[in-house]
Amino acid sequence: MTAVNIFIKLRVAAATIFALITLQLYAQSPKAKFGTFALTHATIQTVTKGTIEDGTVIIADGKITALGKDVAVPQGAEIIDCSGKWIYPGMIDGGTHLGLSEVGSDPRTRDFNEVGDVIPQLKALSAINPNSVLIPVTRVSGVTTVIATPEGDLMPGTAALINLHGYTPDQMFAGFEGVVLVFPNTGRKGFLDRRTPEEIRKATDKALSKLNESWDLAVQYHKLDSASKSTKYYPEMQALLPVIRGERTLIIEANTSKDILAVLKWVADRKVKKVILTGVAEGWRVAAEIAKAGIPVIAGPVLAEPTRDYDRYDKAYANPGLLKKAGVTVALRTTQAENVRNLPYNAAFAAAYGLGKDEALRSVTIVPAEMFGVADKLGSIEVGKNATLFVSDGDPFETKTNILHVFIGGWEMPMTSRQTELYQEFLQRDPGVTKK
Amino acid sequence: MKKYLTSVLNILLLLVAVTYGFAQEKGNLLIKGGTVLTVTKGTLEKTDVLIRNGIITQIGKDLSASAGVRVIDAAGKFVMPGIIDAHSHAALDAINEATSPVTAEVFTGDVLNPFQVGLYRALGGGVTSIHAMHGSANAIGGECETIKLRYGVKDADALRMEGAPRTIKFALGENPTRVHGGANNIVPRTRMGVEFVIREAFSKAKAYGEAWDTYNKSKTQKGFRGAPPAYSHRLETLSDILKGNIIIHCHSYRADEIYMLLKVCTDFGIKKLVFQHVNEGFKVAPELAKFGAMASVFADWWAYKFEVYYSTAYNAAILTKNGVVTSINSDDGELMRHLYHEAGKTQKYGGLTDDEALSLITINPAKQLGIENRVGSLEVGKEADVAIFQGHPLSTYAIPVITVVDGIVRFDREKDPDDVRIYVDPKEPLDASVIHSTNDYVDNCMQQAESNYNNLFELK
Repeated sequence: MTAVNIFIKLRVAAATIFALITLQLYAQSPKAKFGTFALTHATIQTVTKGTIEDGTVIIADGKITALGKDVAVPQGAEIIDCSGKWIYPGMIDGGTHLGLSEVGSDPRTRDFNEVGDVIPQLKALSAINPNSVLIPVTRVSGVTTVIATPEGDLMPGTAALINLHGYTPDQMFAGFEGVVLVFPNTGRKGFLDRRTPEEIRKATDKALSKLNESWDLAVQYHKLDSASKSTKYYPEMQALLPVIRGERTLIIEANTSKDILAVLKWVADRKVKKVILTGVAEGWRVAAEIAKAGIPVIAGPVLAEPTRDYDRYDKAYANPGLLKKAGVTVALRTTQAENVRNLPYNAAFAAAYGLGKDEALRSVTIVPAEMFGVADKLGSIEVGKNATLFVSDGDPFETKTNILHVFIGGWEMPMTSRQTELYQEFLQRDPGVTKK
Repeated sequence: MKKYLTSVLNILLLLVAVTYGFAQEKGNLLIKGGTVLTVTKGTLEKTDVLIRNGIITQIGKDLSASAGVRVIDAAGKFVMPGIIDAHSHAALDAINEATSPVTAEVFTGDVLNPFQVGLYRALGGGVTSIHAMHGSANAIGGECETIKLRYGVKDADALRMEGAPRTIKFALGENPTRVHGGANNIVPRTRMGVEFVIREAFSKAKAYGEAWDTYNKSKTQKGFRGAPPAYSHRLETLSDILKGNIIIHCHSYRADEIYMLLKVCTDFGIKKLVFQHVNEGFKVAPELAKFGAMASVFADWWAYKFEVYYSTAYNAAILTKNGVVTSINSDDGELMRHLYHEAGKTQKYGGLTDDEALSLITINPAKQLGIENRVGSLEVGKEADVAIFQGHPLSTYAIPVITVVDGIVRFDREKDPDDVRIYVDPKEPLDASVIHSTNDYVDNCMQQAESNYNNLFELK
């Protein structure tokens, strides 16, 4: 061994040590990385165009630029060997409070439930906290995109589709907003709701007249606005205008079969053009009617109890499958904030109890992407789409599977969150029981 | 007509109510050719399990049963011990006696309700035993009851797992401080106060026990004239904890409060201690292991309140790898139905082996309830509580198909009727639905306490 060689080795060693120290220093807040990546030798589950064995995905400028078996790796691309690994499009949750809620019980950290019943002008997107600790916890599971939704009575605001990376709401915005309508609910809201049927009826009747009143006003407003273009400042009407004109989707929450049928009639009577139904816990009771109306649904949570004591124990698991079988377009949601990471398991239960694996995968990828009008960017592995995808060592719906890499819009995400950091620190705590 | 139907229904219900339940019912079964996940003795392919009079009498190949015994073909299926939930509030008509920081005198076994459909739904998830617990409003809550899910019985007593050790609920942190300090302005309002309440209760119980010991010793002596000490059911129960007759199951989240209770129990010579929820147990795993305290956790619940904000789903794995006997519980009627899936999450979060993961919902909760010699694994001589799955139970695609309690099939997916209600409320409208709500924050442990609290603040 020559002196030069030894010198080089020493330098390499020093550089390694320096790198390790630097890594240590920055381990607390690793950053995402933008660049050109080649994910090679992977089994690619494109969702829309079948499965490609031993394939390569090229990521450049935030997009999927090439895809297939014989793909040249561009100069300077970072190669990630995915032999024995799978590539899937990032999963999309059709209904969450992610970014709008940090600590569930603390009203100071809940930003999804404003005062008021017809307030569609309130925008979820403005209240998204890009630095929520819940976001990295979610995205390392392969869920890359979610609807952040306001919640409350009647029209609690406008929901937004966000990608789970970015430092401002605008950087996170994924290209879809929809006005939320919580249709007057004839069911009980959880086991603590002890209202009599009469009290419930009175409340829903009141809410329904308020809704119709507001809608009629919005139609009027639309006519005035179209005629004169000089309407007064009327923010809630302004927010409803694009819905009336069929330019923006109305996301309608309804769960009991009675309420779902009421929505179908209401939508038909008022000729509402763009509608998505959400929740639909009892959708299976009226699946044929929903299919006939041609309204797509975002069902869930799948991991839920049946709504009636005399219903079969597995009805909530079976609901998405029964809807699909009747011809309804089905996407899924968790309604969670901190545990949106369980979206793949909601999909798995739906798959096992009737939806089937392929359709379950579609229900958390391409189907919601199409519903939100963003299928040109998200929902499948195709050339030209955003590089929003993940690499796993198996079926992502199985709890045994590890998610190894996550890309959002071409950014390679750090695979850490506060939960993994706590694991690293405490698996073998030092000091242990006694301090040295 | 409707009136007539209602009265017929009422008469039928009355008949049902007076009929004695199946308290002592025990069954015979032969489960053929399944993959038997014994949990404690490995996995046995294509193996039979023979059950006689509610007890597993043989595990092996080519077993045969006497004529008339039902044979279940489990070929291609997985046979595991019935799942045990170490933290549930199912089967109870009351949860929280939220009237004092110490209520050791009450007992959830006094308010068992065998009619809850939720019990059947849990059977549909392979669950056979649950720990029906008092809530977490009080630093020292009430005694709890361990029951078997013999859904179908009408007699509340028939649910009890006779001979299971006594257990009691304790609670630390936000819940007792909120209910008593926050709402009533009495101790405890802080974690300091919680420690004091527990130490004071134990000290009084110690004096009480000593006074009775002295009295019992001297009363037989000639010429003794003293009166017995005043009887207190509360102190009697607390004194039984000090004597090692009751297992403490303590609702807890933060590492500091967990550590505090370890020290209190050390000071009072208490050894039987299980922490419930224990979200930050991973931070004091070495201390828990050294004490011999056990932990019953959620797989991934966090951030629903401030004291669980610094949690990790790797909790169960860290505790297990540090040698703490750990289980995964539900505390929730929905979650209770898929504890096998919750156990599976520990493979994602910390890479536990199949046996380690399955132990979290079988033999480990059995140890925590002191019933590990009777249930929690598939072994000859144990009670025949069995769950049969289509697909491996740790797979998210698994479907529980048959659940057996004491050798009796209590759930059979193929023969599952839509309506399993035993008690039908004649006043409930036919189309009344309960819809899952995410808007209202619900803490199951705080049922009843929550409404008292809200009343006090007129929050409603």
